[in-house]
Amino acid sequence: MNSLILRTALAAAALIPLSTLADEVTGAGATFPAPVYAKWADSYNKATTHRINYQSVGSGAGIKQIKSKTVDFGASDMPLKDDELAKEGMFQFPTVIGGVVPVVNIVGIQPGQIKLTGQLLGDIYLGKITKWNDAALTGLNPGVNLPDAAISVVRRADGSGTTFIFTNYLSKVNPDWKAKVGEGTAVNWPVGAGGKGNEGVSAFVQRLPNSIGYVEYAYAKQNKMAHVLMKNQAGTFVAPDDVNFKAAAAGADWNKTFYQVLTEQPGKDSWPLTGATFILMHKVQDKPSQATATMKFFDWAYANGDKIAAELEYVPLPDSVKVLVQKYWAAEVKDTAGKPIVGK
Amino acid sequence: MAATLPASAFPDKDEMARTQPTGSPRPRAVRTPWADRLFAGLALAAACLTLALLAGIIISLLIGAAPAIREYGLGFLVRSEWDPVQDRYGGLVMIYGTLATSVIALLIAVPVSFGIALFLTELSPGWLKRPLGIAIELLAAVPSIVYGMWGLLVFGPILARFVQQPLQAAFSGVPLLGAFVSGPPVGIGILSAGIILAIMIIPFIASVMRDVFEVTPPMLKESAYGLGSTTWEVVYRVVLPYTKAGVIGGIMLGLGRAIGETMAVTFVIGNMNQLNSLSVFEAANSITSALANEFAEAGEGLHQASLIYLGLVLFFITFVVLALSKILLAQLRKGEGARA
Repeated sequence: MNSLILRTALAAAALIPLSTLADEVTGAGATFPAPVYAKWADSYNKATTHRINYQSVGSGAGIKQIKSKTVDFGASDMPLKDDELAKEGMFQFPTVIGGVVPVVNIVGIQPGQIKLTGQLLGDIYLGKITKWNDAALTGLNPGVNLPDAAISVVRRADGSGTTFIFTNYLSKVNPDWKAKVGEGTAVNWPVGAGGKGNEGVSAFVQRLPNSIGYVEYAYAKQNKMAHVLMKNQAGTFVAPDDVNFKAAAAGADWNKTFYQVLTEQPGKDSWPLTGATFILMHKVQDKPSQATATMKFFDWAYANGDKIAAELEYVPLPDSVKVLVQKYWAAEVKDTAGKPIVGK
Repeated sequence: MAATLPASAFPDKDEMARTQPTGSPRPRAVRTPWADRLFAGLALAAACLTLALLAGIIISLLIGAAPAIREYGLGFLVRSEWDPVQDRYGGLVMIYGTLATSVIALLIAVPVSFGIALFLTELSPGWLKRPLGIAIELLAAVPSIVYGMWGLLVFGPILARFVQQPLQAAFSGVPLLGAFVSGPPVGIGILSAGIILAIMIIPFIASVMRDVFEVTPPMLKESAYGLGSTTWEVVYRVVLPYTKAGVIGGIMLGLGRAIGETMAVTFVIGNMNQLNSLSVFEAANSITSALANEFAEAGEGLHQASLIYLGLVLFFITFVVLALSKILLAQLRKGEGARA
């Protein structure tokens, strides 16, 4: 932690001369959206000469840094609860959507060939279903040749937003999971081997025969891993793709609060393991120019960043959600005198 | 010294008569006395800085771990639960994993390193010594993440297919041994982490052993050979007793590295915070691996404090290892004195 603070301090110190030339906005946090933030920042810099400096240090560290105001914005894959935000005087808004995909490695099984329900997925990760030819699995997948082999369960070893989406989903659909394990960026896994990062999990799954793991959509797609069809709330089995992620995001009620975990959303196309990634800022800004620069950047990204996001396998927010966020900025973000700083 | 010698080879009478120096000797030309003092001061400061750093690390660890220490006390060391969701923590699994992998690593690395050093100093033909010695030292320069990747992608599957699965097939149903080799047949766990660590520390131990074996005076060895000793007797009775301090130092260097290794271990240990069985094939966790994996995302409060507490425990383990090696050396020296 100290080294993090030190690094940030050093980075900040090194940037002081620059920031007097151009508004330099710094942010820190989640690693999952880091590639798209970096690409956005690069394009934004080319378009406007403003600089955005994003450090992917992990959601937990990002939350700590925005709380202590060492950065202009924090980023987290796990939204903060509304009461916690209120306590810190902060607000959050979503930027892009991503999906978590269960993947398997079984000889002869093609992508999308196996169907699972949340209940069964939870039972596998609880260690209750240990063989691929378990009656519950073969019953759901008639005609698929599931082997008489032990299931090698693979999951993330490091704390991550991916794990949060995954465990949040299992907690919603599997009561036993909720009681025994619960949800969080790191949980007390009953079984399985832990890989470090998405790359660690995908390496495990690709190497271990008869394994199951969960990775972010981009990893599953780029590595051509055998994804699983999941049963969603409406009862249909859906494949993970950008249309279905977007459907899940559209189904959420963003009007009330931006605290939306997009797992198990209604809608017949919704992919049940969807999640947005969030930006955290303070509501009352003692440095309004920095806040304005930050919001201008994300405003630009909402307007011009969808193509970049899609190229990197992220899913842009539905337009209705973007409008809500922009309205929120105008209404709620104020300087120390209490005046709104957007549009000033 | 030369300056005080008389210029002439035939000194005159007066100087011959002076047998004792009278008064203090002429001070040497000290042009910059402040530079000496400055250098002495800097050297002292460097030494003190080390101590201050050590104290600073311990204090900051203690402060960081304070919430966890208040909550669990020493009971932390024997609690096996690690549940970030319920906010309940205990360090037993990681402590066990760190110690078990290090012990396995030493069990493998010490005999192999001894063999390497023995071969290089006593048996190897001259033309092979240098290339082999350099190759071993090069192994020490391989980054640990490379060992980790190799362990995960290449070694793990081999271990699973050719060692674990046959063992499990052979011992299934046997009460004690069966449990000892149980676990998912995936080739990751305590044993693979231990073996990878052994490969990583062999170059360190082997090159220290080789270096100290080489400083054994040839006269001692040749005397022993002259008395009809075999190569083994020379090494065991002459070289080893002569170099034991260096050998133990090398082993401790390797052990220290094994205890502190992070990257390679985290790839192959499985990162499992449960202690279901004592099987060497069971996925487990080590202190360093837990820290590396969880620190960035750990929320403030008990989770973070417990991780720092683990760091403190690791610090303590390293300290104990160092102390034990000193005690061992002292005992050996005492035994030597008694024999003589």
